[in-house]
Amino acid sequence: MLSKRIIPCLDVKDGRTVKGVHFVGLRDVGDAVELGSRYAAEGADELVYLDISATHEGRHTFTQLVERIARAINIPFTVGGGISTMDDAERLLGAGADKVSINSAALARPAFISELAERFGSQFVVVAIDAKTTPDGTWRCTTHGGRRLTDVELFSWAHEAQERGAGEILFTSMDHDGTLAGYPCDTYATLSERLSIPIIASGGAGTIDHIADVLTRGHADAALIASLFHDGVLTIPALKQELHTRNITVRI
Amino acid sequence: MIAIIDYNTGNIRSVINALARMGATDCMLTADADVIRRASHVLLPGVGEAGTAMNELRSRRLDTLIPTLTQPVLGICIGTQLMCLSSEEGDTTCMGIFPTRIVRFNDDAIKVPHMGWNTITQLRSPLFAGTDEESYVYYVHSYYPELCGCTIARTEYGVPFSGALMRDNFFGTQFHPEKSGPVGEQILRNFLAL
Repeated sequence: MLSKRIIPCLDVKDGRTVKGVHFVGLRDVGDAVELGSRYAAEGADELVYLDISATHEGRHTFTQLVERIARAINIPFTVGGGISTMDDAERLLGAGADKVSINSAALARPAFISELAERFGSQFVVVAIDAKTTPDGTWRCTTHGGRRLTDVELFSWAHEAQERGAGEILFTSMDHDGTLAGYPCDTYATLSERLSIPIIASGGAGTIDHIADVLTRGHADAALIASLFHDGVLTIPALKQELHTRNITVRI
Repeated sequence: MIAIIDYNTGNIRSVINALARMGATDCMLTADADVIRRASHVLLPGVGEAGTAMNELRSRRLDTLIPTLTQPVLGICIGTQLMCLSSEEGDTTCMGIFPTRIVRFNDDAIKVPHMGWNTITQLRSPLFAGTDEESYVYYVHSYYPELCGCTIARTEYGVPFSGALMRDNFFGTQFHPEKSGPVGEQILRNFLAL
């Protein structure tokens, strides 16, 4: 049976990871390759590396880092952060990334999704969507880390992304991100019902219950997890074991 | 020397990286018939669209070379599909090494592509020496090889299909051993030991 995926997310700035200090015995806590290898060895199903560098030099360093990650890591990994041109995507896929995650650039120019899918295949294209609820009760997409609200409605955008060739949707609720209070499971369930591509849940988990909930009631195919792992609140083996005892299919 | 067939398909880098992690550095990315014939092992990786990939093979006359090879040959993902009879994707005639067809997942109850980690069962082949039944491997695909007499691993996703195939010196995995953690490394190691 296809397993639910547990995906640690690592933020990288100027070629260095900015979180993830809980591992005992890491030689270099900022080394994205060593940290990623550690998560892979613990049973991560995939990895996501997000480049949060703001400078050209930072991006160049990130590409070199992606080459090192690709050489070292034996599970799939996605890269994201500031990808807005075919050249960006080509550079990162050429460096060995398995998938790219795009967000603001896709909202700004939806044809970017189609171009990436046609050129590299849908399996390379993850469309990340950050959305929040508005007073009229609808979900609207945001850009720039949730700071800018757009008029674009979540479900129609997710559907368009799929039709344009996205291979997966990574949905983060900006109302829940960072709250540790759980995910909007009904919204995930609706997304999952309306789309035929996999959905990755992100942002909001504070406990194993929350993660179990979004993978069952929310019908999410995967959970992207950052601070719970980085801060050592949860470990991948403990999380997977607990999900397994709740009859959720995970790779152990 | 391990020949990795170069036919303008994606993801070859990850196969080379995986071989390098195992210490197999004597690899050559090539479309040269003489080099391919002389290799101890041949890999046919690939991702993408079957029709396009088959055309890339044909334009290099590799579609007639590959079926005549006598050393161990391993297809991965699209590479494996091109070794079957035909593919529904682009209504493509393939090389016909494995007597089975490639068809699309056609079930509203499942998500397509089949993406992620799934189990392989009913393993039979030296390719799976030391590999446990129900081991997880990584899949990304929308079309699958049907079961046939050459099936050496089964996976279920809505339907049971061939996770891997073998005929004589020819092997093929629909999953990606190069992305399947230690299980995948063992499978690649087994192939290189043939």
